[in-house]
Amino acid sequence: MQFTREFRDSDLVKGMLAKIRRSVTRPWVLMEICGGQTHSIMRYGLDQLLPEEIELVHGPGCPVCVTPLEQIDRALDIASRPDVIFASFGDMLRVPGSVQDLFSIRARGGQVKVVYAPLDAVRIAQENPDKQVVFFAIGFETTAPANAVAILQAQALGVKNFSVLVSQVRVPPAMHAILGAPQNRVQGFLAAGHVCTVMGYWEYEPIAAQYQTPIVVTGFEPLDLVYGIQMTVEQLERGTCEVQNAYPRVVTRDGNRAAQSMIARVFKPVDRAWRGIGVIPQSGWGLSDAFAEFDAEKRFDVSHIQTREAQECIAGKILQGLAKPPQCPAFGVRCTPENPLGAPMVSSEGACSAFYRYARQ
Amino acid sequence: MCLGIPGKIVAIDASSGLRMCKMDFGGVIREACIESLPDARIGDFTIVHAGYALNILSEEEANETLDLLRQISDVDEELNSQGM
Repeated sequence: MQFTREFRDSDLVKGMLAKIRRSVTRPWVLMEICGGQTHSIMRYGLDQLLPEEIELVHGPGCPVCVTPLEQIDRALDIASRPDVIFASFGDMLRVPGSVQDLFSIRARGGQVKVVYAPLDAVRIAQENPDKQVVFFAIGFETTAPANAVAILQAQALGVKNFSVLVSQVRVPPAMHAILGAPQNRVQGFLAAGHVCTVMGYWEYEPIAAQYQTPIVVTGFEPLDLVYGIQMTVEQLERGTCEVQNAYPRVVTRDGNRAAQSMIARVFKPVDRAWRGIGVIPQSGWGLSDAFAEFDAEKRFDVSHIQTREAQECIAGKILQGLAKPPQCPAFGVRCTPENPLGAPMVSSEGACSAFYRYARQ
Repeated sequence: MCLGIPGKIVAIDASSGLRMCKMDFGGVIREACIESLPDARIGDFTIVHAGYALNILSEEEANETLDLLRQISDVDEELNSQGM
């Protein structure tokens, strides 16, 4: 068992698509929360193979896309300082701030390092005791344990020159925001499989009940995706609104309790701004008081930041499923992966980059 | 969001104060942290995201899902509709 290849069986995918075609009787709008799923759907052409009654809209599950502009500008300000090594996941480097991005800071001699794991940033801090090492701790629940363990390890090892700029967000408050909006079109959700790997899916049960909306935990391989879609469509046709799990080889209802308690130790719930969307109450995590010494926003004065968003970019609408990338007049013309106006064109999980890369009009 | 890759634990080492492991991703060996998987053992498959192992994968569940999908999917109808 490889856990991936088996779930790319094209005959089974076709068979599941045929089953969906047979069971669907009217139009339904489904949202896949996770940008990684958006890219999988387009890479395998599933959006074009589904019956036309099924419309997939793409959700806000792209951490790079929703990291607020203020936080990007703070990152750029900190990364420009000569005594700083700024460590970040690679996707963040091209995300446009108000006037520049991390790449341009690096091009001008700033020390911006791409790391694969947050623990690597702690190692960089140990190796460079004369520098301040700042890690850009962005992400959804999936990334929270990796970010939390780096902070715990820095504390355990007494690494004083390490701090984090936090932009942690959570899925359930965003689902409330989407389903509670007057213009909402979403009738069923594919829940993000790896968020649920950490958090489980018990948190979604009250949401499904409150908004009478089925929610199906879904994985990333083509068979996972068609299975999640089939379960959601079946519920919509039946008129039920349960939380179901189409990714049981990875996800349990409880999730990883050890990871959840580590997150609860390091972080506390806070209101967070989502880029293009606005503040969603209690939608993020900030450092808990016990770890305040690792807060880069306290260590560096970044209170003077003034933001300016690109006027033409409609990322906010795209992230809420209210518009599709080709509806943006700048798409593919004034906004491309090389010269992005907004983050969804940059990230490997952004909807604009998926539409651009896989040539959807 | 949150791409995760299944890998197989091939060695465990806790000497840094954290439970770390060497993980085999289809022939590529990388380090990952298994601090939140106290029961993880060599040979287990886990999902790794940003160098952190999130959960142990269940081969039994994987096989059950595949069996179920073989039963419920309309493979025959699909093949017939293609004239095969």
